[in-house]
Amino acid sequence: MRLVFPNRGLDLRIPNYEDLERLEKEEASDRPKWDNKAQYILTCVGFCIGIGNVWRFPYLCQSHGGGAFLIPYLILLVLEGMPLLLLEFAIGQRLRKGSVGVWRAINPYLTGIGIASMLVSFLVGLYYNTLIAWIMWYFFNSFQDPLPWSQCPLSDNGTEFVPECQQSSTVDYYFYRVTLNSSASIADSEGLHWPIVVCLLAAWTLICICYIRGISTSGKAVYVTAILPYIVLAIFLIRGLTLKGALSGIKFLFTPDVDELIKPTTWLDAGAQVFYAFSIAWGGLISFSSYNPVHNNCMQDAVILTAITGFTSIYAATVTYTIIGFRATEKYDNCVSENIITLLNTFDLTEDNITTSNYEEVFNQLNSSYPDTVLGLDIKTCDMHKLLSEGVEGTGLAFIVFTEAITKMPGSPAWSVLFFIMLLCLGVSTLFGNIEGVVVPLKDLHMFPKHWPQEALTGTTCVVAFIISLLFAQNSGLYWVTLFDNFAGSVPLLTIGLFELLAVVYIYGIDRLNEDLEFMIGHKPSIFWQVSWRLISPLIILVILVFYLVTQAQEELTYLVWDPNSEEFPSLATIPYPSWISAVIFLLAGVPSLAVPVYALFRLVFVCCKKKFVSRPKIREISQSD
Amino acid sequence: MLEKIIFLLCSLSALSEQLCAPDASDGYKVRLSIKTALGDQAYVWNKNEMFLFRATLAFAMRNQISGQDFEVSNIVVCDETPRVSFWFVVTLPANSSLLVDKEKVEEAVRKSRNRINSAFLLTDKTLEFIGIPPTLAAPVKPDTPPWLIVFGVVMGVVGAGIVFLLVSSVVQRKRKDEKTDDEDIGEETRVKTVENGSASEGVYNMSFSDDDRLTKM
Repeated sequence: MRLVFPNRGLDLRIPNYEDLERLEKEEASDRPKWDNKAQYILTCVGFCIGIGNVWRFPYLCQSHGGGAFLIPYLILLVLEGMPLLLLEFAIGQRLRKGSVGVWRAINPYLTGIGIASMLVSFLVGLYYNTLIAWIMWYFFNSFQDPLPWSQCPLSDNGTEFVPECQQSSTVDYYFYRVTLNSSASIADSEGLHWPIVVCLLAAWTLICICYIRGISTSGKAVYVTAILPYIVLAIFLIRGLTLKGALSGIKFLFTPDVDELIKPTTWLDAGAQVFYAFSIAWGGLISFSSYNPVHNNCMQDAVILTAITGFTSIYAATVTYTIIGFRATEKYDNCVSENIITLLNTFDLTEDNITTSNYEEVFNQLNSSYPDTVLGLDIKTCDMHKLLSEGVEGTGLAFIVFTEAITKMPGSPAWSVLFFIMLLCLGVSTLFGNIEGVVVPLKDLHMFPKHWPQEALTGTTCVVAFIISLLFAQNSGLYWVTLFDNFAGSVPLLTIGLFELLAVVYIYGIDRLNEDLEFMIGHKPSIFWQVSWRLISPLIILVILVFYLVTQAQEELTYLVWDPNSEEFPSLATIPYPSWISAVIFLLAGVPSLAVPVYALFRLVFVCCKKKFVSRPKIREISQSD
Repeated sequence: MLEKIIFLLCSLSALSEQLCAPDASDGYKVRLSIKTALGDQAYVWNKNEMFLFRATLAFAMRNQISGQDFEVSNIVVCDETPRVSFWFVVTLPANSSLLVDKEKVEEAVRKSRNRINSAFLLTDKTLEFIGIPPTLAAPVKPDTPPWLIVFGVVMGVVGAGIVFLLVSSVVQRKRKDEKTDDEDIGEETRVKTVENGSASEGVYNMSFSDDDRLTKM
């Protein structure tokens, strides 16, 4: 297919092969470089493997048919994720610029893509670092025995616990009240909660120091932040498998339900997860690969990264579900014991009469002989399936389900420290890519004075970001984080990814990219890559994007709140968003998505005006000289 | 004479049984869960254990109300079930047909709860006095919140690291400036190709690529 839009002056804007060879040999570029290949691979792995692999993928896997979900996930990993990955690696390595520079070099009208990437990276970075702040708070509080979230505070008269804690649970109370001090709606901000402010300060300072000299410092930090999670997951796997009920969790996760494969939502969720898992369209990957030597084998890197991501997702899901299975079994056993005690107390039977094994038959016996009494007891049905599927994604998984499970394991402070340090490493390594995707475009757009060193750029960005992220330290911070998560990190990324793909295929030209790859790695990409770049990947992204927009437009804008006064307490109540939220959603999702066409339009207008402005005095000059 | 004594004893016991009945206004129900608490080590509940209970409760009453010598006979028990639950009432030592008030009994039990529990190797949960909620153990509160300590350590390390990195980069830059100053004095005519190669305007500077490419004749 020779469908390529005309793109004048491309050769003037990008270095040609001889120049690249010369730069390589003389090492004359003052661009930063990776110390070795391992640093580069670890940075990319750290960027791609984030907290989402621990708390989003296992939930998707379990809710979409268990083991059967792996089929669409792995297929889309290869058809959608890998081609996009190679695309970003290849153009970064070839054009040797950050995200804004690369798109500006391909065509100045496309600079909007780079700006959109920067905006998305910034918005996502803000709320992601808030999650890191919460993780840090739990980490700081893990160094005590007993853990603070295993106890309820007493009420004033000392005979019972605080009602909010009594009705829900110790872990819920600790998260929603002690950590966040949640208000009842997004509009009630009620001031800042200072423990979160302090933790946000810690989080941004940590990022600042790790990235202070760009990749020369972050490249050293990734040795820890990218490798430690794997070690901790291994420790948890071994510990988890020895706990009672672990295998029921794993069975629940992987039991395939082939009927789910027919549903389109399964495939769409798998596609979206692959897209977000690879951190495509954030601009960080382009930046990272531009620091590579010119002849680095980026195709091999893309394949390796895809394999590592797939393996890690399944590995993390297994570990997560051993712990979830343990917790569910504990809760189930407690539920049954409580019921047994209730029955024993009501009917004054000897303690040995009812055990866990004969509970069912005795219960039925008593129910048939004394139905009214039994009904009056209000006995809870203990449902293992329900216990296994509750609260298992997002913040609920880490801060409620896991923390509860950890309090039941012997030696809880140690496990808590390990768990939160793992989450911290996962999050921080993703943030390196994030902040790279913000600082480098700002530098390319000349937002900073030229003489400022890298340290000043990083410092300024971190300070500004800290001040803006104080929004999440309010009492309504949790709801703002959820808002950002739903809107800033979903539609804009898909739009930018689509634009990127179309820009490279139809404006830069796939033939040119093939030649570039032949120059860089020695052979042209095979037919698989050609077909997926031109046809399959854009189609998949388009379908996912349309589906997302359609479902979002149809859904009512509601959110979940922690309201002790609501009827559904302790479950989260669903209330509609206030009316001004549409403006905020437009800022979060609309502005980055529209940055591409709007910038192109502005530039068109600007160039036209400049031409008219320049040509008029010239005509006057010519006519006057005659 | 003998008959009178027998009649008196019978009426006394009948009276005390009337004093103690389920849902008595001044009585409490007690429930023990021995097997739950002790598992294999559980002892069998028999008359001797009951005697110990009555004695322990008499002890608790003596602790609470000074001057009155409560005896085992002052603790009247009834309605025993195989669950091991029963009702008890406390009679005054002076007049065994009068009952001690509910509140006084509650206070006495609360005060000596620990002693009563440990006499039976049980806990607040496994030796229940229905209607007397146990005073819950206050959550452990250390003087300095431990999280502040960890936070201080982490921030200290990070802060020291930032200062170190900034200082070292300033020192490095000073050294580089001195070096380039020396080189400038020596070779003034060397073309600085480095700056030309890394233009960031988006317009690639052509100053050192081959002219043949552009001017093809």
